[in-house]
Amino acid sequence: MMAAPAKAPERSATTAAPQLTIGKALNHALRAAMEADPKVLIMGEDVGKLGGVFRITDGLQKDFGEHRVLDTPLAESGIIGTAIGLAVRGFRPVCEIQFDGFVFPGFDQIVSQLAKLHFRSQGKVKVPIVVRIPFGGGIGAVEHHSESPESLFSHTAGLRLVSCSNPVDAYWMLQQAIRCDDPVLFFEPKKLYHTGSLKETVDPTASPDPLFASRVLRSGTAATLVTYGPSVRVCLDAAIAAAEEGTSLEVIDLRTLSPLDLEPVFESVRKTGRLIAVSEAPSESSLTSEIAARVQQECFYSLEAPVLRVTGFDTPYPPTKLEEYYLPDLDRVLHTVDRALTW
Amino acid sequence: MSSPEQWTHPQPGDSSAATAAKPTPEQVIAGLRATSEGGADLVQLLTPEGERVDSPEFDRYVTDIDGARLRSLFRDMTLVRRFDREANALQRQGQLGIWVPLLGQEAAQIGAGRALRPMDMAFPSYREHGVAWCRNVSPQDLLGIFRCSDHSGWDPVAARFHPYTIVIGNQVLNAAGYAMGQRFDGHVGDDDGEATICFFGDGATSQGDVHEGFVWAAVYDAPLVFFCQNNQWAISEPTERQSRLPLYQRAQGYGFPGIRVDGNDVLACLAVTRWALDECRTGNGPMLIEAFTYRMDAHTTTDDPTRYRLSDELEAWKLKDPIERVRAYLSRNGLADNDFFEEIAAEADNFAAEIRDFCVNMPDPPPDRIFSEVYAEPSPVLEAQRAEYLSYLDGFVGAGER
Repeated sequence: MMAAPAKAPERSATTAAPQLTIGKALNHALRAAMEADPKVLIMGEDVGKLGGVFRITDGLQKDFGEHRVLDTPLAESGIIGTAIGLAVRGFRPVCEIQFDGFVFPGFDQIVSQLAKLHFRSQGKVKVPIVVRIPFGGGIGAVEHHSESPESLFSHTAGLRLVSCSNPVDAYWMLQQAIRCDDPVLFFEPKKLYHTGSLKETVDPTASPDPLFASRVLRSGTAATLVTYGPSVRVCLDAAIAAAEEGTSLEVIDLRTLSPLDLEPVFESVRKTGRLIAVSEAPSESSLTSEIAARVQQECFYSLEAPVLRVTGFDTPYPPTKLEEYYLPDLDRVLHTVDRALTW
Repeated sequence: MSSPEQWTHPQPGDSSAATAAKPTPEQVIAGLRATSEGGADLVQLLTPEGERVDSPEFDRYVTDIDGARLRSLFRDMTLVRRFDREANALQRQGQLGIWVPLLGQEAAQIGAGRALRPMDMAFPSYREHGVAWCRNVSPQDLLGIFRCSDHSGWDPVAARFHPYTIVIGNQVLNAAGYAMGQRFDGHVGDDDGEATICFFGDGATSQGDVHEGFVWAAVYDAPLVFFCQNNQWAISEPTERQSRLPLYQRAQGYGFPGIRVDGNDVLACLAVTRWALDECRTGNGPMLIEAFTYRMDAHTTTDDPTRYRLSDELEAWKLKDPIERVRAYLSRNGLADNDFFEEIAAEADNFAAEIRDFCVNMPDPPPDRIFSEVYAEPSPVLEAQRAEYLSYLDGFVGAGER
């Protein structure tokens, strides 16, 4: 489905591939995309001189200029709305929404225009825009800075949604999203941006996996954990802890949230018979609801227990003195695995 | 009575700044409802009686409009009105799901539309049938939207006429982005430069997107003409429900020029829009034009204006009809004879018959159109849904007719 990977910059054979955090990998990806295609623009609040509040766009305005890295007026509807016009003109804007909870002023433009223009124009107008949204909690912030709004968008036809969980994916998935001719909302696990222990070697000469494909990260036999974004680390840690107690858990990173790529999940559930879906978002009418519905439809006779979920609660995101209770953590995941195993 | 400019500049020592700044209801209405006779700043080249008024500023923008070209503008307006009336009738006869009349706004739309050059770009709302006409988007291409068989029937890239936008004000930001792109592409700065025009109504000026569009276009010096057709009514709400100030004066607060033109005067609309587009294409954008006009018919065919406005108002505006003043001018100056007007009337009737014939014979879209072009890249999920649904439909008797 995706075009070939972005051209790798020339580099000498002796230069080792860099070890990057997720944040740095995203920065390198943006640089590679801008070098590969002069139509790629970056737009957002404070993305220029400051390099973004998370420094994801660090140094790019200096190297590519103010007309390719735009410090925009402080208005999210304006960011999305003008990006659409620029895309109609032939540009490929990459919009940064500063925090998840600030996407809503742009919600109308995303849902009413961005998602629908291709369909409305019967395929004559393409809007290849990437909207980067740092999402999720665990950073001790005030209200509106820790939300997981992805289900509000996965319910909207015409959008594609992806989420990365590691530096290699961050590097490739962002470039693939920018090359995609559809609008892509790119959900970044902000809590993990600068986590040094997650650094990975990112080889720009490697061949990436397809963008809209989920991936089995760890094989197991007793139950399957399916998740995405920041919860991937939680699930991997849970699988390690379970293994120490003799329980073998399979972990699947969805990577693509819309369209969902559930074949690997079905295959896994047919093997393990048990599925736990994990996400920071509230559970009601969410991606985890959709997964549960589809798995019961496709794997009805393989299930040894109902599909269970570990999610945020059906409340607004709490004050962050309480977020450790709200967010799915290793103990809640393992507790739910036990429920599934003893059903 | 203080002028509108004074409302926003209360003097220290006035009883209270808020009171001093707030106009009386009478002042608001006087400013907003300044009619074509009363508005001091209104640009007009052709009076409602068809008298040519000299304009030192704007005459130079219509020096090419001789008898033949004015007859052509008359023809544009007449055909577009005839299309509008035919479509309204087709809705009443059940052939269209809804119609959005442009009656009364022909001069604003033809004047602005004919000011555009081929490489300029236009972003309409959903009433711009006259602008569509000028962009060579045919009435037949528009009908699918209102017959509810498509959401947009033309190639917006080829026509340089964006799809109709129904969410109020959204297109203003899209237009601002497009105009920014014209600047980024280096296609602005001389007489061969490009410009963008964006259409919206008086109601839309209350939308945040229009405010943001003004801000963005201003800070990026975008070559964008904001063309506000103030037709006095946002469905049932009068302009004083949207603004204290005459709308064109808002531009000053954003740092670009605003101008009010007689929206029922095709010559003035052409001149003012040419001026504004030229300013934009040479790098002096953006610009705001308020075309002061009147929605002679309902908001849409679902609306009943008798519930909220007086027929006296309609009668007053009938005297300012955009087409009749051109007819009067052409006749009085010997630029058109009765044969011409009869010829145009006959052409309009034939045109309407063609549209009617086309409309009633439009095929319904096939059901699998639901799944088409949702995404630019392949969507196996939707392909599977399409296949499953078509297979379901095939199970019905007579499915082969689909």
